[in-house]
This record gives sequence, structure tokens and C-alpha cells, in this order.
Amino acid sequence: MNPNDYLVLSAILFAIGMLGFLYRRSALVIFMSVELMLNSVNLTMVTFSHVHGNLDGQVGAFFVMVVAAAEVVVGLAIIVTIFRSRRSTSVDDINLLKY
Amino acid sequence: MISALLTAGSTASPIPLELPVPLEITAPKLEYGILAPLMIMMVAACLSVLVEAFVPRQSRRPVQIGLTLVALVAALIGTLNSWSGASYQLAAQQTLALDAPSYATWALLLIFSIGVVVLFAERNGSTETAFVASASSVPGSATEREATAAHQEQTEVYPLMLFSVFGMMMFAASNELIVMFVALEIFSLPLYLLCGLGRRRRLISQEAALKYFLLGALSSAVFLYGVALLYGASGSFELASIDSAMTAQPGSSRIALAGMGLVCVGLLFKVGAVPFHTWVPDVYTGAPSPVTAFMSVATKIAGVVAMVRVLYVGLGALRWDWQPLVAVLAVATMAVGCLVGLVQTDMKRLLAYSSIAHAGFMLVGIAGAYTVQTGMTQGSSGSFSSVMVYLIGYGLATIGMFVIIMMVRKSGGESNEIASWAGLGRRHPWLGAVVTLFMLSFAGIPLTFGFIGKLLVLTAGWRGGWAWLSLLGVLFSAVAAFFYLRVVAVVFFRSPGPAAEAVEVSPISTGSWLVLVICALATLGLGLYPQPLIDVFDHAATFLR
Repeated sequence: MNPNDYLVLSAILFAIGMLGFLYRRSALVIFMSVELMLNSVNLTMVTFSHVHGNLDGQVGAFFVMVVAAAEVVVGLAIIVTIFRSRRSTSVDDINLLKY
Repeated sequence: MISALLTAGSTASPIPLELPVPLEITAPKLEYGILAPLMIMMVAACLSVLVEAFVPRQSRRPVQIGLTLVALVAALIGTLNSWSGASYQLAAQQTLALDAPSYATWALLLIFSIGVVVLFAERNGSTETAFVASASSVPGSATEREATAAHQEQTEVYPLMLFSVFGMMMFAASNELIVMFVALEIFSLPLYLLCGLGRRRRLISQEAALKYFLLGALSSAVFLYGVALLYGASGSFELASIDSAMTAQPGSSRIALAGMGLVCVGLLFKVGAVPFHTWVPDVYTGAPSPVTAFMSVATKIAGVVAMVRVLYVGLGALRWDWQPLVAVLAVATMAVGCLVGLVQTDMKRLLAYSSIAHAGFMLVGIAGAYTVQTGMTQGSSGSFSSVMVYLIGYGLATIGMFVIIMMVRKSGGESNEIASWAGLGRRHPWLGAVVTLFMLSFAGIPLTFGFIGKLLVLTAGWRGGWAWLSLLGVLFSAVAAFFYLRVVAVVFFRSPGPAAEAVEVSPISTGSWLVLVICALATLGLGLYPQPLIDVFDHAATFLR
């Protein structure tokens, strides 16, 4: 197994997540992009854990998964509240605060 | 080291990883005595959630306020006890560094949080706090009207705040990057929710919550990728091990540099530095005022201390790489904060840009990296202690200003337009005087504590070898003085226009009065006689590695 392949793959996934965050318009899809970024980080950590031969990275990946789940709870609560008030989750409509 | 819990050794074993069988898991050793402040906060937060579930609605508010205050005071006593006993050590399997900087930060966070709880409970002479009656109701719906008419109250704000303070304390003390990430989320997630709980202008409040949440989630993902890369470069999440791995390498590896940059992005976002500042004005304006006060003071303290710890302890070997980066961002932050602040028309937005500018001034001190390791002479104020003193001056003036923002009201809501404050100082001279005092402190005029902080921070930058940066800091503080003095001019010298009609100063509770008076007296008193406090923080500047 060549760890470089996994690192490149995770970097690509992270970049896709970042692009999704920047270009998509629905708050839900933006949120999914962030989750993709977190998972790409998990892949990086597990790969480095294999490279270094210690378990820190794998234990770290578990913590990240738990935190990501907590983030989903809070994030969906906020997005659902916004949807109920405005009947839309498009971030283009959310423009009351500016300048 | 997390994997020390597992007896699978952390020695560089051959690939693939082979675990010895059977895998034994030993219980971690926790130092309960010195971890008590953290434990108190977490237990109190969980109890506070139970109060929501089991205490009848009428008595929830006093119970929650009492529980929160007792927890904060108890944690503060524990912190001061360990601090004065100088019981410094790496606790909880070396994941938390309980050293003098941590205790100092905890003390500051807890003291300011006690002030903020009073603002959370403030009802401005009516029966309504700044928080929505029922957060789940749709704005403008019948459910919302019923909840308001029944004088319901969202007392969940107190547990949310307790969890947030707990996370901030852990964030500032964490000696390990994964713990730091978990702490970052523990203090951020409750803040996202608190932002969306405004009573008035609910759509704007919810919008602030969504913006803060999405950008905050992005920044923590970027931070985490940086953590993973630093782990890749050094083989450990512990700051001290990262430092020794970096020192051992002849040059700085590209993975380490990328990791450093990404971790800095995450931390700079929380501090509110340019170019990661775009959320600050929107979120500060949209969130309920007590929450804005909490965010602008407590988040800033936790973020700055964590950043100093990561940069000085973990990435000290890469100093030549991050110093120019931080210096350039300091200039950009001061410039954007000061210049854009000049044209603001909303009081909370003005304070948001002011907080960006203050982050810039603190970055000057951080970029200087004037510490014992870089040849600081004994007895002078280094980067860390000067930044802490700056944070105290900034925090006192900010909390005081938010008490006043909550007092100046029009038709039942806050009147945040700067134009509507015209002539307020002539009708209420004491209020004008206090506004002037806080504005002078923000601007860094002598005889206020803000001046002492600014002087120390710029001196630390200068002594660290960044003279040009400190000179730019002086220049920008002159620009910033202009926009703070503009507020003073409006309050005292401008005649009230149509915007200022029906603006009144509403009565506030004794607690809020006390907070306002203490903030004002401390700003003035510490400005006149700062040396004892400076000495305290000069002695609390050594990080444990």
C-alpha cells in the first residue's frame, strides 16, 4: 500500500468539499460539503496513523466522527428553523444582514 | 498521548500495524483536584439541562440563574486556589496543560462570564429578556404570540452558555490538537444556537445563526485538516512532541508548513482576523446583545490564548515561518477594522469592527513573539502577558458598552442606530460620561486601561524585533481613535434628529448596574494604577511543555 495515494485522494475529497461549500446554493448541500471535508480529514489521519505506526490518528478519527454527529444535530436544527421561517434554504435569500 | 491508553506501544512498528494480543485498555489517570474547575462547569451544565426537564416552568428562571452563578463562582474559586498554589502540571494523560497561562485565562473567562450571566437575565424593567419566548415557533405565527403572551422564556440559554464556557476553558488549556478540536466544537456549537435566539428581528437573528454556523463549520474543518497534516509531519498530536519533531528536522517540511497554515486559519477565524473576519459584523449585529457581549469577550480570550499556545509551544520551531504571516495579517486586520469602522451607522456593527481592529492590535503582540525563549529580559512584559492585559481592558469596555446598548431603547426594542444616540449625553450626563470612558479606553487614550494594554502590546511587538509593525499599530490606533471619538461627539454634541425621537434609557436591574459600575471603575482605576495587575500576568506567562 502506498500511503501517498490515500493522501492525494483525501486532498482531492477535501478540495471537492471546499468547492461544494463555495459554489452550491442550498444550505443543506453546503453542510454536506463540510461533512465531506471532515471525512477526508479522517482518511488523512488514518493514513498517517498507518505511516507512523501509532494509533493516535485512528483514535482521533473516532473523535472527529463523534464531533461531526454533534455538528449535524445543531446544524440541522438551525437549517430547519430557517426553512420554517422562510420556506427556503437557499443561502442567496439569506441577505438581510449586510454592509 | 491518546494511544498511551492502549498498551499497543507507540514505537515505530513495522507496516502493517500489528497489535499485541490481547489488547489491554488501562483506565486513564485524572487529576481531579486541579481539574475541578472544568469538572464543575461540565457537571453544572448537565444539571442545568436536567433543570429544564424536571423543574416547573415558573421556577426555572431563578433556579437556572442561581445554578449558573454558583457554578461560575465555584469554578473561579477552584481556579484561583490552584493558581495561587502554583500546582502546575500536564493533566489528564498530558492532554491538558494546567499551567499559569491556563489558570489566568480561566479566571478571566469565569469573571467575564459572571458579568455576562447578569446580562442574559436582564429584563429591562419589563417581563422580557433579550431572548425569544419560544425558539421553535415560526416568526409572526400564532404560536409565537401565545408564547409571548404567556410570558414564556427560553431558559435553555443558561445551560448553553455553561457548555460554551466549559469548552472555552478546555480550548485555552489543551495541550493536544485533537482535544483542542473537540473543545473548539464544544464552545462553538452552543454559540451557534445562542445567536439564533433573539427576541426581536428574529429573521435577522436566525440568519446570523446560519451564517455563523456554516462559516464556523468550514473553519473547523480547515483547522482539522491542518491538525491531520501536523500529525503527519510529526507523528503526534501533542504540542511538545510536534515541537521536538519540528526542531529535529533540518528544514521545515512542506506538510508541516501546510498544516501550520491551515491550523492558523481555524484559529484566526475564531479570533476574527482579516481575511477570516466576514462573519463578525453580521453575527455581532444579528445575535441578541448579551450573546454578542459573550462572543466578543469570551471567544476572543479563548481564541487568542489557544493561538498563542499553538504558535509558541507547538510551532515554536517554525517561528520564522509564521511570524511574517501573522504580521501581514495584523496589518490587514487593523486596516480593515479601523477603516471600515469609520463609516458604520449601527452601534453593534461599529463594535464588531472595533473587535476586528482590536484583534489586529493583539496580533501585533503575538507576531512579536517576545518570550523567555526568544531572549526576553526578566521582569519585562512579554507577548503573552501584554496580550492578556489587552484582553482585560477590551473585555471591561466591551461588556460595559453592551450594558449601555441594552439600556438605550425605542418602542420596546434596542435602538442601535448611532444617529438615534444623538444628544443622549446631554439628557443623561452620567450615561454620556460612561460611554465616553469606554470609548476612550477602546481608543487607547491615557488614564484608561485600554491605553495600558495597547502600550504593552505594541512594546512587545517592538522588542520582538517588529518595529515597523508597532509603528503601523500606532498609526492605526490614531485612525481608530477617530471613529470612537465620533460616537462621543454624537452622544454629546449632535442635536437629536428624527432618528432620536422616542429614544429612552430604560431601567435595568441592580445586577446590571453593578456590572456597569464595576466595568467603568475598573477601566478607570486600572488605567491609573495598572502595575499590580501587570505584575500578576508577567508572572503567569510561562507555558508548560
